[in-house]
Amino acid sequence: MKVTIVDYNSGNISSVINSFEEVAKDKVNIEVTSDLGKIKSSDKLVLPGQGSFKSCVDALNNIDGLTETLNEFAINNEKPLLGICVGLQMFADIGYEETETKGLGWISGKVSKIDNQGGKFKLPHIGWNQVNFVKDSKIFKNIENNSHMYFVHSYEFIPEDKNVISATTDYCSNLVCSVEKDNIFGTQFHPEKSDKMGLKIIDNFINL
Amino acid sequence: MLKNRIIPCLDVKNGRVVKGINFVDLKDAGDPVEQAKIYSDGGADEICFLDITASNENRDTIYDVVERTSKKCFVPLTVGGGVRSIDDINKLLNCGADKVSINTAAVENPKVVLDSSKKFGSQCIVVAIDAKKNGDKWEVFTHGGRNNSGIDVLEYAKKMEDSGAGELLVTSMDRDGTQIGYDVDLMNKISSKVNIPLIASGGVGNLDHLVDGIKLGNASAVLAASIFHYGKHSVREAKEYLDSKGIPVRI
Repeated sequence: MKVTIVDYNSGNISSVINSFEEVAKDKVNIEVTSDLGKIKSSDKLVLPGQGSFKSCVDALNNIDGLTETLNEFAINNEKPLLGICVGLQMFADIGYEETETKGLGWISGKVSKIDNQGGKFKLPHIGWNQVNFVKDSKIFKNIENNSHMYFVHSYEFIPEDKNVISATTDYCSNLVCSVEKDNIFGTQFHPEKSDKMGLKIIDNFINL
Repeated sequence: MLKNRIIPCLDVKNGRVVKGINFVDLKDAGDPVEQAKIYSDGGADEICFLDITASNENRDTIYDVVERTSKKCFVPLTVGGGVRSIDDINKLLNCGADKVSINTAAVENPKVVLDSSKKFGSQCIVVAIDAKKNGDKWEVFTHGGRNNSGIDVLEYAKKMEDSGAGELLVTSMDRDGTQIGYDVDLMNKISSKVNIPLIASGGVGNLDHLVDGIKLGNASAVLAASIFHYGKHSVREAKEYLDSKGIPVRI
């Protein structure tokens, strides 16, 4: 099996690479590339993302044919894909960070700034927070409800169809922190930085 | 609920830990990787390395340390000390650091903060502020606390937030090394002024000081070095103590 981490100049992805390699050991081949042919031939994709919604979408669009290849992989061929942080946010139709930017449109909804109630809560939402499961998700196998995960973000994904939400976290309100729609998975938190429980999520994704 | 974070900090010089945990079963007590692993296994919410390497020719040693640590520790890793440029930040992030703290360079050239937060995202840019009291206000010091910039700390903190810093790491120079507790007045004033998380540093001598940093200083995270070294307190003990005082922590 081959799991590919999509390297599209979205910022710092070394922690994502390290964590997947730690979990995969020698059993699974972890590739890090933006090569369209290699992405197409993968069994699973990981779409990381750091920085702003706009900078990540711009970075995707800067690689000719990448968006189309991702669409083909996740939508037409329905192969498993995991988006992390802004990688998840880009599933939305539209994002409002910096300026209004079109997303991949895989899960209807928008990405807007967390309402911190006029400064009552600090932003970014940084640190360890608990995830509350709202439905079964394959990537949460053997993870206890209310486990802590590491977050760092100021924007939240608000999907139109609430059935895609697999977990929320309590900060300002109940923020969507994990989604699952058929073969598409996403976490707002960083499993790669969430110690043993985070590695378990990565393991679950690899073993889907 | 978001938890308050405990961040052990290790001073690293020429690729070796200067102070650290002095456990008998350590294979190599001076190896930062082994020490960081003990902290992360013990429940540290993040790890911080402060590179205090003085000579330029040995500065590359930190990259190797960061690279090896990031393959073993799966909690956020912040690296600071001598970070001057976008290029320095890029190298540290590529080696596996999750955040980089910028101190003197942010004072001398605030554009570094603006440019790096745009390029890499605010989430990985921590501005470290060394503050010292002068009369009824605090001033920003640079070069490891040797030079007084004369800049007012509160104004500077706000400016760094506006420049794109994701967090502020505030060290009281008056308290650093004294073990008499954080300057909670300073922490609270800055925390009230800005809307980004504050990490309190400098002066921790016991577990009550950690409590004060959060309750009185209004810090989101507390950083400490010496109380975790030589096995005086484990991170686990610190967390259990904070928990007993009603502070939300990840246990």
